[in-house]
Amino acid sequence: MAYTTIFQPTNRLYRYDLLQNEMNRLFDNFFNTQRRTRGSNVFPALNVYQDSDNIYVTAELPGTDVNDTEINVEGDTLHIKGQRKLPETDKNVRYHRQERGSGQFSRTIQLPFPVNTEKVSAEMKLGVLTISLPKADEAKPRKINIKTA
Amino acid sequence: MAEKELTVDKKEVQNPQEFTREGPVFNPDVDIYETENELILIADLPGVQKDDLDIDLNENTLTINAHVKQDTQGTLLYKEYDVGDYKRSFTISNVIDQSKIQAELNNGILRVVLPKAETAKPRKIEIRT
Repeated sequence: MAYTTIFQPTNRLYRYDLLQNEMNRLFDNFFNTQRRTRGSNVFPALNVYQDSDNIYVTAELPGTDVNDTEINVEGDTLHIKGQRKLPETDKNVRYHRQERGSGQFSRTIQLPFPVNTEKVSAEMKLGVLTISLPKADEAKPRKINIKTA
Repeated sequence: MAEKELTVDKKEVQNPQEFTREGPVFNPDVDIYETENELILIADLPGVQKDDLDIDLNENTLTINAHVKQDTQGTLLYKEYDVGDYKRSFTISNVIDQSKIQAELNNGILRVVLPKAETAKPRKIEIRT
């Protein structure tokens, strides 16, 4: 079981981390280096996006059946579990190449905010899984009115 | 044949030839196998729409070109994988009947069936005594 903490929202390093990511991205773009992603040997690789209301988690899972995929949310923890099956081929075939993998996968990721677990939705489109997690009310940005004296 | 484990290692194209479009280009993972009558190629192309996929057989070079449209919402918080186009070429040794090539794209998986030309099919040679 792979467990990933994106960052601790209470920790100041979190901001620094974001800034550093952004800086790395700029430098990588500038120098056109090959090092683009953080190396990760866990499957599936996840990308996390956010807007003011939602967190989006995406994963490339081509050929994975929705029925073989299980998503659980608990507070601010997201579990993705599943299996990629490849259709059986005839025994008489001769393989020239076999690069595509199959098997079970399981990931746990800690989200930066608590989410509204009731309203989490997921969609598999073109082999890409997108999980939309609405932020819990207390985690949404709030406009502060300034009172005048 | 032994099963391969699931891994994440998107292989960026190392080809020195430049692409006009910016952004990373990856070599998709493929399975290629041969049956008596066909050569079958299966490629993982997550995020590719049918209209953005181009398969071309020129002489004996099969090329797969796929463009991935990014439609993610929001700003990036955390990244473990890159999204980019796919490109890969193979030299096909068998003689293929070009008119009968079929391809289908389903849930991010491309399957190309390349039927062997009549002349290339193995033929049992009878030995006369």
